[in-house]
Amino acid sequence: MKIESGLTRRGVLKGAAAAGGALAGSGAITGFPTIWAQNIKNVTLRQFGTGVSNLNAVAEKCKADTGITLQMTALDSDAVTQRAITQPNSYDIADVEYWICKKVFPRGVLQPMDTRKLKYFDKVVPIFITGKLTPESKIAQGTAPHTVSFVESQTSTKFAKSPTQWFTMMPTIYNADTLGIRPDLVGRPITSWRDLADPAFKGKASILNIPSIGIMDAAMVCESLGKIKYGDKGNMTRAEIDQTMALMTDLKKQGQFRAFWKTFDESVNLMVSGEVVIQSMWSPAVAAVRSKGIACTYQPLKEGYRAWGGGLGLAKHLKGLELEAAYEYINWYTSGWVGAYLNRQGYYSAVLETAQKYMEPYEWAFWMEGKPAAKDIMSPEGKLMEKAGAIRDGGSFYDRMGHIACWNSVMDQDKYMVEKWNEFIAA
Amino acid sequence: MSTTTIAAAPVGAADMPGARRRRWASALPYLQALPLWLVLGVFLLIPIATIVAVSFWDDQEYALVPTFILDNYRDALGSHVTWSTYVSTLRYAAIVWAATLGIGFTVAYFLSFHVRSTLWQMVLFQLCAIPFLTSNVIRMISWIPFLGRNGLLNRSLMAVGITDHPLEFLLFSPFAVVLAFVHLYTLFMVVPIFNTMMRIDRALVEAARDAGAGPVAVLRHVIVPLSLPGIAIGTIFVVTLVMGDFVTVQMMSGGQSASVGLMMKNQISLLQYPSAAAQAVVLLITVLLMVWAILRVVDIRKEL
Repeated sequence: MKIESGLTRRGVLKGAAAAGGALAGSGAITGFPTIWAQNIKNVTLRQFGTGVSNLNAVAEKCKADTGITLQMTALDSDAVTQRAITQPNSYDIADVEYWICKKVFPRGVLQPMDTRKLKYFDKVVPIFITGKLTPESKIAQGTAPHTVSFVESQTSTKFAKSPTQWFTMMPTIYNADTLGIRPDLVGRPITSWRDLADPAFKGKASILNIPSIGIMDAAMVCESLGKIKYGDKGNMTRAEIDQTMALMTDLKKQGQFRAFWKTFDESVNLMVSGEVVIQSMWSPAVAAVRSKGIACTYQPLKEGYRAWGGGLGLAKHLKGLELEAAYEYINWYTSGWVGAYLNRQGYYSAVLETAQKYMEPYEWAFWMEGKPAAKDIMSPEGKLMEKAGAIRDGGSFYDRMGHIACWNSVMDQDKYMVEKWNEFIAA
Repeated sequence: MSTTTIAAAPVGAADMPGARRRRWASALPYLQALPLWLVLGVFLLIPIATIVAVSFWDDQEYALVPTFILDNYRDALGSHVTWSTYVSTLRYAAIVWAATLGIGFTVAYFLSFHVRSTLWQMVLFQLCAIPFLTSNVIRMISWIPFLGRNGLLNRSLMAVGITDHPLEFLLFSPFAVVLAFVHLYTLFMVVPIFNTMMRIDRALVEAARDAGAGPVAVLRHVIVPLSLPGIAIGTIFVVTLVMGDFVTVQMMSGGQSASVGLMMKNQISLLQYPSAAAQAVVLLITVLLMVWAILRVVDIRKEL
């Protein structure tokens, strides 16, 4: 497998990137006056985010490698959005998802990054630059990261249509989400999103109760049932929202759902206890269920995946030494160690080339190439994740990220959607 | 204190120590009440005034606009979701109240009239209170594995042969919500009722018996009326706790049921502070009306 998409990226960035790129980036970092390079070791950066990437191991390794102290705070996505906008001085680095970026960046609380200072900008997976994994890929619906990745100028808060020198966030982590199932309890092969609404699983299905993500899973189900045809699932019209919620409310009243979950551990507990046999799930939750010795499959479905991605953004107030430290941190983050860590957890790193260097070939083959594990697969914390011979659910990176139906998103009718979602929960 | 002295000085009576002392004496009660007023002002009145003020503000895309609009109230009161949520919350409150009253009264009655030794009364009372030394949330969560589809209760019921399939209504249902509420809040009913019952003069009970009243009549005409203040206080506790709850409903219904508190929590998480503030004011008024109604029926100061 090749993860060398530099070609397309070069094509896109043309002259701008040629002038900037890795050379200028690395120059900016190492070419500092020595005093600054020394001082960076004393900088503390306050990072907050959704928790998937707020890992203490990262903070420790960062301290050891760069001397920068990281203070991390993990919050849920609503709280992250809230804090990013209302308390812009309370953080230096925002670790947020792209749909949150779409809400937050226009508020002027983050500053764009100069791509010339990003050492690995050239190696970023093209999904975040052009929206296409391979030149032939179709761009998925929803808030595709590349649509909110660039702004027009250093001072602009307006998203640019095509790549510029000003990057809103350095992508760090992303994945393709699907339904999790208990293969021992569903009793038949699961192939489609519509299976969530199958009467056979009455009282044994669940969906996540985070409106902006839950609505996507709901839409995947409705579309798959053939009941609703969407223009763009990631940006529904009021009529589409009404239809979707009406259908879901019917299902709820018929007793299809056992529960709605809001947090990671709720979803794990529902699955482990057997209360639920098919539900919206996140990949580490699937791993958590398996680690308890209970079979759980992250089932690829024919309609494709719902994808999400996150990155690191710089707070507006950063300047001088702190700003340089933030760049240094981001360059360190994308230099491979963290990428390998995330890949080994079942997510994907945005700079795969560097991550590969920190992974054993058999690990890379399992996680990225969809090949049977040659040895036992361990999590970064050293826990057994898969026994030798296992194959990753959904297969290779290209099989998974190449079949994105929709990205997590913010709709124009966001407020209306949330209102309707609350009605559905209250119904 | 110095202010009082200074204020008194210009009157020209500064050389009359008796007048000054009288002023002192009249200002003293106010000074003594001052700390309480400060505490209430800072921690109660100002926050509530802020909530009321914000409830008239506008929110646009995460920005709060200080203005005076009634939209938040119109949206809150005009939405059928609000009404159905209030109906469901009030229903929870009513059921939980009835259950906690029944259990609470019985326990308190047993403790104060059947247990003769003060020592045993205290020991048994402590027994009721001990579970409350653990966290609310823990006590609630512990129901989940017990009531689940493959939980202890279902497995026992099936083993005994009472049912051949797991009872699904036990968990993630209104039943589970009520059960958790009753478990969490019964003590709030036991304590005040026990307290008032302990103050009932035992001679009254004997007098009623001497006058020919049976046990039921004694209960109905002597003990219940004299326990009313305790019942009222317990009722206020339970009703206000249930009306404002959002955690129990969310966890025990599996996110499938709504409550007024949960509705506000959702709004807050979406940064719709003015809407949430308006809902809070509506809830505050509703609960105050309920408390007022309770106090109209029972004069709680009578026996305290």
